[in-house]
Amino acid sequence: MPRLVSHPDEVKIISRRFGQGAAEIDRYIELDGYKAAQAAIEKGPEWIIAEMKASGLRGRGGAGFPTGMKWSFVPKQSEKPKYVLVNGDESEPGTCKDHLIFLHDPHAVIEGTLIAGLAIGAKMGFIYLRGEYRYLLKIMEKAVADAYAKGFLGKNIFGSGIDFEVVTQTGAGAYEVGEESALMESLEGKRGVPRIKPPFPAVVGLYGGPTVINNAETIATAPHILLMGGEAYAKVGTERNGGTRLFGISGHVERPGVYELPMGFNLKRAIYEVAGGIPGGKKLKAVVPGGSSTPVLLPEEIDVGLDFDQMAKAGTMLGSGGVVVIDESVCMVEFALRTIKFYQHESCGWCIPCREGTDWLKKSITRLHAGGAVDKDIDNIRYLAENMMGRTFCPLGDAAAMPTIGFVKKFRHEFEEHLNGKGCPYEHQREAVLV
Amino acid sequence: MADVTFTVDGKKLTAPAGTLLIDACRKAGIEIPAFCYYPGLSLQAACRMCVVRLEKVPKLQTACTTPVAEGMVVTTESDEIKQSRKAILELLLGNHPLDCPVCDAGGECELQDMTFKYGAAESKYVEIKQHREEQQWSPVVFFDRPRCILCYRCVRVCGEGMDVWALGVQNRGVSSVISPNGEDHLDCEECGMCIDICPVGALTSGTYRYKTRPWEMNHVATVCTHCGDGCKTTLGVRSVDDGSEIIRGDNRDKSGMNGDFLCIKGRYAFDFTTREDRITKPLVRQPNGQLAEVSWEQALEHAGMKLREIRDTRGGSAIGVIGSTRTTNEEAYLLQKFARTVLNTNNIDHHRTADYASFAAALQGKAGRTASLRDFLTAPAILLLGNDATEQHPALAWNIRSNVRQNRARLYVANHADIKLHRQAKSFLQIPQDGYAALVQYLAGNEAGFDGTEISAAFREALRKEESLVIAFGSEFRGRDIQSLVDFGLGLPNVKFAALGDYANSRGAADMGLMPDLLPGYVPLAAAKHFGEEYPSLPSAPGLDMLQMFDAAEAGNLGALYVVGSNPVERYGIDPTALKNTFLIVQDMFMTETAAVADVIFPAANLYEKSGTVTNTYGDLQLAKKAADKAGVRTDFELIVRLADKMGADPKKLVPFGRGVRADMGQTRGAQSGEADRHAVWLAANNLEPKLSPFDPFAVFDEIQRLVPSYNVSRFELLGGQDKQTRSDLVQIELDPARRDLVLPANDTLFTSGTLGRYSRMLHSVMESRTTKPAETAAD
Repeated sequence: MPRLVSHPDEVKIISRRFGQGAAEIDRYIELDGYKAAQAAIEKGPEWIIAEMKASGLRGRGGAGFPTGMKWSFVPKQSEKPKYVLVNGDESEPGTCKDHLIFLHDPHAVIEGTLIAGLAIGAKMGFIYLRGEYRYLLKIMEKAVADAYAKGFLGKNIFGSGIDFEVVTQTGAGAYEVGEESALMESLEGKRGVPRIKPPFPAVVGLYGGPTVINNAETIATAPHILLMGGEAYAKVGTERNGGTRLFGISGHVERPGVYELPMGFNLKRAIYEVAGGIPGGKKLKAVVPGGSSTPVLLPEEIDVGLDFDQMAKAGTMLGSGGVVVIDESVCMVEFALRTIKFYQHESCGWCIPCREGTDWLKKSITRLHAGGAVDKDIDNIRYLAENMMGRTFCPLGDAAAMPTIGFVKKFRHEFEEHLNGKGCPYEHQREAVLV
Repeated sequence: MADVTFTVDGKKLTAPAGTLLIDACRKAGIEIPAFCYYPGLSLQAACRMCVVRLEKVPKLQTACTTPVAEGMVVTTESDEIKQSRKAILELLLGNHPLDCPVCDAGGECELQDMTFKYGAAESKYVEIKQHREEQQWSPVVFFDRPRCILCYRCVRVCGEGMDVWALGVQNRGVSSVISPNGEDHLDCEECGMCIDICPVGALTSGTYRYKTRPWEMNHVATVCTHCGDGCKTTLGVRSVDDGSEIIRGDNRDKSGMNGDFLCIKGRYAFDFTTREDRITKPLVRQPNGQLAEVSWEQALEHAGMKLREIRDTRGGSAIGVIGSTRTTNEEAYLLQKFARTVLNTNNIDHHRTADYASFAAALQGKAGRTASLRDFLTAPAILLLGNDATEQHPALAWNIRSNVRQNRARLYVANHADIKLHRQAKSFLQIPQDGYAALVQYLAGNEAGFDGTEISAAFREALRKEESLVIAFGSEFRGRDIQSLVDFGLGLPNVKFAALGDYANSRGAADMGLMPDLLPGYVPLAAAKHFGEEYPSLPSAPGLDMLQMFDAAEAGNLGALYVVGSNPVERYGIDPTALKNTFLIVQDMFMTETAAVADVIFPAANLYEKSGTVTNTYGDLQLAKKAADKAGVRTDFELIVRLADKMGADPKKLVPFGRGVRADMGQTRGAQSGEADRHAVWLAANNLEPKLSPFDPFAVFDEIQRLVPSYNVSRFELLGGQDKQTRSDLVQIELDPARRDLVLPANDTLFTSGTLGRYSRMLHSVMESRTTKPAETAAD
């Protein structure tokens, strides 16, 4: 089991059961488990949605859509069955938060699924884990079985007369399936490619039924919100950015790990105080603030609050909360290359700009890094990425193009140092690049 | 849906709400480029070529997924949009092999056209292109991955359009590749739709690849010669030493009843025209019993003299005539006129594959009751009784599938076998092989003789609620059963019918009176009326039918038999020795079992080598145009006229040339597809155009239109390449209840086509390569 980190600046809401043995259902119940679900059954869907709206909770997957609003979009009446879908396809490089939830607090995911189901009137929920999390499936499956055994799932849950089923499923190892409609395709047993929107999942989702699909962290937060009250949760964060979230701080920091910080927490403080700063007295070179798809920040840009709005103002994104800290020993061209290699490998191939664009970016940056490029190639790389932005079928194209543009814009001098046969100046001091 | 008004490039447009922007624009003449969008197939939005700018929307949007809305303001061409499209093309070309100089699609390639328009001329990359070896998936389908742009049209047309699902995508990202269901080969219906729909040269045809450049062909729009559906097809032809050969079949104008569709036979099975064992010289049996090549003059003289002698000595009743199901209407008409007025005999028949006479009788006086092939694309409900349309009427099956998929038409199928169209059926009823008559009685409310079940009761009930229905029935229905079916159908509010027969002009052969008891238009001999005046020497008694003729021959009572484009010896299992005392004249392309025992063989042209009209099994009349040419062969039309001439008849009486209004169609080439009719121009320039000749089929078509009222359709539209439905109500016949049932279904599959199929190497190679039967290949 990975080492859990802790820091006094943390506000532990979603992580408060981490390390407490809450994967066992009895322990979970001791720690206020399934109380929120019972309250939700008692008070009904309108109360749930009102609390969720009051909490200011925004989707933790990266896009930051208000969760309460998303749930309220699902039509009350539907000919087809409604579904709740938990997106545990956590694949964005730099992100490792859902992993801890599944590991330490699986019942929070189940309880959150149940609450979402009650809110929208669904009778079934699916918990979808990324293929590489297969080892977590056992934990989830045991938790689901225990919940069934207690009568918290299945027919007549908590003796309320309401039925609710939960099914777990793993992917087959595709980043693309983290995109909600591709995840639904995958869950239906098809090739993991995204669907045309509209219709949106709230109207036509899994198996054609109205579907709420939320990130695992979002879902696991719901029980806590109902327990502490939406307004109290909202107060923890900043305006329009309620509550806390899990930040996975990795890279060149003294104490890497997942920390739960209030929304709006200062990024610089998070790096230097919470995560203990840069080891070895080295200088900070760059920070990727929210998973590999978010544009890079320079050291002078990191005095900024970690919430959706402040990050957008800083020209980047809060993303999935995966903060990657890069010190001066890292070649930014190689970092860009490592990033684009990931997206090239993970492009589903559906649309032309992403399929071909990521491949040409990878090829061009590879050549540049090896010294085989001339000045024009830097412009070409930027031209390529700019022509992918906003042109692809799903956001994966943007996820590949956005950071690339950022790297070229902010570190052009490093790209230039590689040109005309010179090759990588960092070659001699290379360490493992942490992405 | 209500109309909405929106603005595109400053132009105010109106379209029904919900129309896709790309369709609305194209209708208004604003071309929006697209690779993956294809009308009638599911949306992909994968190629990103159709991006447009919508006012107040931050990103460019794909026109193929945007429904028009009131007040929408759209820009379809701007610097930003051009750049976006150009960038897509640059990406595609980056990995494209650019082997345009040898690519089949060169000159007909959407990638070329778009590159030409958006100018992605600069190579931005120096890295090695992705390469994969070309694959052969079947004898007729080749796949060249590097050329593929992954538009998924092939995947969709195979799955959604054909309901075969033989193609899919393997791997992901830049390694994505279109793959066949048999790992390295296709198990499918081999329709070639994937090749047709491919916007580039990634999928190529085994019969066409690397043979020519598209612009070196002439393109002739004509009608397929194989089954009874009468698909419109465009044949690509080019000059060769001994005429002009067909090198490609497709349907690029898509205006036909078959829309996008052609099956394996229409697309590839034209290779019988160039078989080296094709007969190209007249043959006459010598005193030593051997056939020997002779001159046309000798052969015609010999045959004509013999026929004249037998007619004059033994009477016309000692001569029999067997016509073809694949000659034109004009040839069929001319043949029966020749039999009845020159040979003085009613001993005439053809291989009947459906009981069109009973069908005509059942529908007489009922206007608008025959269903065109087009009706199956639009009818809200369809009842298919008998027949396996997927195998025997592929275009009908295509139209039914399209209708079910696009318009949610309700399909009812009753069959003795679990046919593939079961999958599209709302309701399917499996009945005993001999249970069709009882089924019709049951549907009409008569329970006796039919084992009713809950399923059949629901089937009947749903059917009776239909307010507009087309009924197609196979050759399982004959005689009185057709009458009962029509009676049942007419009890429903709005019903049309189609009788399914097997060959390109089976219907025409019956319509044109290739029967011993019926004149053209199903006029009974007993009520010949105006035919009596037109055909001065018309014998009044019905002649011998197909089987009676062979009985007569065996008994020594048939002095001569004239067989045009038919192989009765094989088809009816006739013992050839039965013909030893009969002077046998055969017109054919090949040394068939019948030709092998002939006394005279005339090498004949096929439907692709002549002009005229043909009628498909639904009664849709179409123009067939001469595409190919083969030195040494002559059309059946010409041969009949020359034979009559040799017998001393006046050709002008047989073919009323000089009275007509249209010049010989036989020489017009390519004009329909908008290309210069170079041959006609040359003929006219040299004053060689035979304006009106005894070999002009349209002189006979004039007479058909005059004497067969149901064929009196718009000549202008017919010549413009449109299909015209013949009328069912103008027939007046009273069939003898004791009339013999001579229907013998061909039972062709997708991969056979009577004699033509036997002589198509391509069809054979496909059949040999197959490991699965088509109905079993589907994924679901």
